[in-house]
Amino acid sequence: MGDVEDIFNNYVLDRSVSQKMRKRLERHTLHLYVDGELDMKTASQLKNMIDIDIDRKGIRTVILHMDNLHFIDSSGLGVILGRYKKLLPLGGQIRLTNVPPHLYRIMELSGLPKIIEFTQEETAL
Amino acid sequence: MKSNRISLTFSSLPQNVTIARMLASTMGAQLDLPVNELEEIKVAVSEAVSNSIIHGYGNSTDKIVTLELEVSEDNLTIQVIDSGCGIKDIKQAMQASFSTDPERMGLGFIFMQSFMDDLQVESSLGSGTKVTMVKRINRQHPSSH
Ligand SMILES: Nc1ncnc2c1ncn2[C@@H]1O[C@H](COP(=O)(O)OP(=O)(O)OP(=O)(O)O)[C@@H](O)[C@H]1O
Ligand SMILES: [Mg+2]
Repeated sequence: MGDVEDIFNNYVLDRSVSQKMRKRLERHTLHLYVDGELDMKTASQLKNMIDIDIDRKGIRTVILHMDNLHFIDSSGLGVILGRYKKLLPLGGQIRLTNVPPHLYRIMELSGLPKIIEFTQEETAL
Repeated sequence: MKSNRISLTFSSLPQNVTIARMLASTMGAQLDLPVNELEEIKVAVSEAVSNSIIHGYGNSTDKIVTLELEVSEDNLTIQVIDSGCGIKDIKQAMQASFSTDPERMGLGFIFMQSFMDDLQVESSLGSGTKVTMVKRINRQHPSSH
């Protein structure tokens, strides 16, 4: 069964990438490549990574590149909204880019697109 | 449809949320559910199991969560059971944006409700919570992906 195989391949793939997120710092902008799965475990890692860079490196713009994000649930969405709320009084912003189509519905249901900017970009790196 | 059931008992560790949702979606894949419905099942299971760990057990990692999967007739029934603190007011807990944690959005039950065909919550304070979710198996479209 192709489906089952795909699911397990994804799982193995996700495990290897979700632990360490690729990131790039550019002046006061943090680019994070959020690959794999964003759930209660990886969302708290994401939260810590972003907060450390806001608090210690003066980051004010966070861009989450979601090209290779396979899965997100309420814990992931909550951490994104939480970073928005943290950046707001600092005059900063958070942006999501290249959200894959299969995640549109959950994004829509969460109400996040009404609050946070979603963009589409040519993939680089 | 041949009936089938799987029961998984696991420690309340964050990494087990992944295993729980993969198991449920793998069972869904064997029923030839379309890929978008497998994604929905993954979210629903992730929400219920995360709730057990985060709220039921206050993030302690030495507790037990049970996932029950059952295929019968035209349904895939998924139960997530914890013996944690329980929910004081289920109706209020299931409302959109309600959360007892100010850092959370109160989306979990909304996703479970939106992504599954049926959702029932039983809970009693001090003895635990059982979430029962049903996905209908529509065999008109055996492989619509
Ligand atoms: N298994 C459980 N045990 C105890 N309380 C629970 C359980 N599941 C849910 N709750 C309660 O119900 C509330 C609503 O749950 P829901 O999943 O909708 O939102 P949340 O978990 O608070 O936020 P989010 O899911 O967006 O991260 C929780 O805040 C919690 O108080
Ligand atoms: Mg929840």
